[in-house]
Amino acid sequence: MTITMQGFRRTPKPDTSQRMAIEETRTDKIFLVGVRIMLWIALIAVAVPIIYIIANSFSSASAVSAGRVLLWPVEPSLKAYQTAFADPQIMQGYLNSFIYAIGGTLISVTLTIAIAYPLSRKTFFGRNVIMSILVFTMLFTGGLIPTYLVVQDLGMLNTRWAMVIPSAIGVWQVIIARTFFRSTIPDELYEAATIDGASDLRFLWSVVLPLSKPVIAVIALMYAIFQWNSYFDALIYLKDPGLYPLQIVLRNVLILNQATSGSTTQNLAQQLDQQQLANVLKYALIVISSLPVLVIYPFVARHFTKGVMVGAVKG
Amino acid sequence: MSATYEVKPAPPAPAAAPAVRRAPIPRPSRWTQARRSLRRHWQLYLLVIVPLAYFVIFKYIPISNAVIAFKNYSPVKGPWGSDWVGFRNFELFFQNPVFWTLVKNTFILAAYTVLASFPIPIILAIALNEIRNGRFKKIVQLVTYAPYFISTVVVVSMTILVLSPRLGFVNDAIGLFGVPAVDFLGNPDYFRHIYVWSDVWQTTGYSAVIYLAALAGIDPALHESARIDGASRLQRIWNVDLPGIMPTAVIILVLGVGNIMSIGFEKAFLLQNPLNQAQSEIIATYVYKTGLLNADFSMATAVGLFNSVINLVLLVVVNFVAKRITGNGLWS
Repeated sequence: MTITMQGFRRTPKPDTSQRMAIEETRTDKIFLVGVRIMLWIALIAVAVPIIYIIANSFSSASAVSAGRVLLWPVEPSLKAYQTAFADPQIMQGYLNSFIYAIGGTLISVTLTIAIAYPLSRKTFFGRNVIMSILVFTMLFTGGLIPTYLVVQDLGMLNTRWAMVIPSAIGVWQVIIARTFFRSTIPDELYEAATIDGASDLRFLWSVVLPLSKPVIAVIALMYAIFQWNSYFDALIYLKDPGLYPLQIVLRNVLILNQATSGSTTQNLAQQLDQQQLANVLKYALIVISSLPVLVIYPFVARHFTKGVMVGAVKG
Repeated sequence: MSATYEVKPAPPAPAAAPAVRRAPIPRPSRWTQARRSLRRHWQLYLLVIVPLAYFVIFKYIPISNAVIAFKNYSPVKGPWGSDWVGFRNFELFFQNPVFWTLVKNTFILAAYTVLASFPIPIILAIALNEIRNGRFKKIVQLVTYAPYFISTVVVVSMTILVLSPRLGFVNDAIGLFGVPAVDFLGNPDYFRHIYVWSDVWQTTGYSAVIYLAALAGIDPALHESARIDGASRLQRIWNVDLPGIMPTAVIILVLGVGNIMSIGFEKAFLLQNPLNQAQSEIIATYVYKTGLLNADFSMATAVGLFNSVINLVLLVVVNFVAKRITGNGLWS
């Protein structure tokens, strides 16, 4: 790999700013100020909506409904979070999403390695044909209904399997894993292991997998995040609300404005309270659902990027 | 180990040394190679059985199922047993008044997305590459990259909340200038801008990372010699950085244009409401509604197939053109 990662570097680079500052001409200095302003604008444009959502989620229901919250909580309150965590539908969705994310990732990673490793071996006859078979599915698909018919015929409709099997292997992840195996496991290692009497499976298990932890982590994270964020498969394959992942519950509450818990309408004042709570609940739900991903993200971003780059190298 | 010889694809017959003339060793036939590989590496073939079955079942059987586009699908008779109707589903679709609206909406939305989300990550990456301040740079990168990990449902919800006429801060902000509150999502004219710019918001940081890697791969000697020749920063960006990231940019553009017709169902569907449908109804959402809500499987498949074929043709053509012009393409 000749590509060095510009971003998310852990070891600091030798500081050259001092020397550069002397050489910088006037126009260049002005230019750099412009660059900085641009980056600040980018930073603010991305961060403000996120901060706005978080601030609202921690505010009181009346402040949110009056639109008084901007970037800092007004009348701080945890009411929305308490409501969300007490709601059986939301909690069931959370649990389901975890099941799909963990189960799906296990299946996906296993299958991806099972095909990526043989494809990385020069002695595997037919690897080019198999690779073409895989890549073609990136260019042309049967479409929504023909795939739906297959899932239906397999009896997977409205089961948990429909969430993890039809989208189990990503061709992109296969390419990433294959490229990694090919560039980091030297042929000599395989030859040495063969002389010691190791079979192909034994070599994969005892040598390749321990050496490939970084790439396994990357593709596992890609699958897990994809699974956590996906809602389309659930939308078309699931009917039973007890199987819904969090994203579907979110869509019902946030976009379709469906009440979660069976709201018993009493008098007008209570209705208004309910309405106000429903507003702030939306903000809290956004935070709750994105939290698992955003908490791990800063720690994995570096590896994630690297994985994407490995896959992007042609060949 | 019984078979101790190493099986390799036989090298081309060695150039006969002038002194000793030998008959060239015949290259084993492909069939022999396959048999040897299978015997020696049967475990590898065992490994690929399940993943290959996955691709056959979930990718290739659907392609064969797409035959129902030319049939009148009956669940009882199955995809292959149903009665042929030739191109009738396609004719019906082309004659449908909704056809041109769908094609237009899909095409404009996708083209707008590609045009807006192509240059912005390049600008961001070059700006990040220009500054040397480690911490600030790191923060900008980390923050702009983050939205990529947020789900579509959440991004759409955030968009709806932020743009809400009653609660959202965007309307508060334009209210400061005396502009009355706008119902952005209720007006079809705003749909495309909302779709595209929320997409830019979500993906710019991620795409910039790819360009940053390309920028880091540029030979520093080029920059140094340009600086010695008195090139300003702007001139160096124009003459060194931009040509340096050109191959990456071409690939990303080809992918973008090639996928123009397969623009995401998820977001358009989530942002859609009865008020903005005039511009938010695209082919993908129409397929979903026809197929799964109205249960017209054959028609939905025909529409989807039409879309897939256009997409494939576009990808091939764009790749060909890009290779002609710049010498870079997706596949060689």
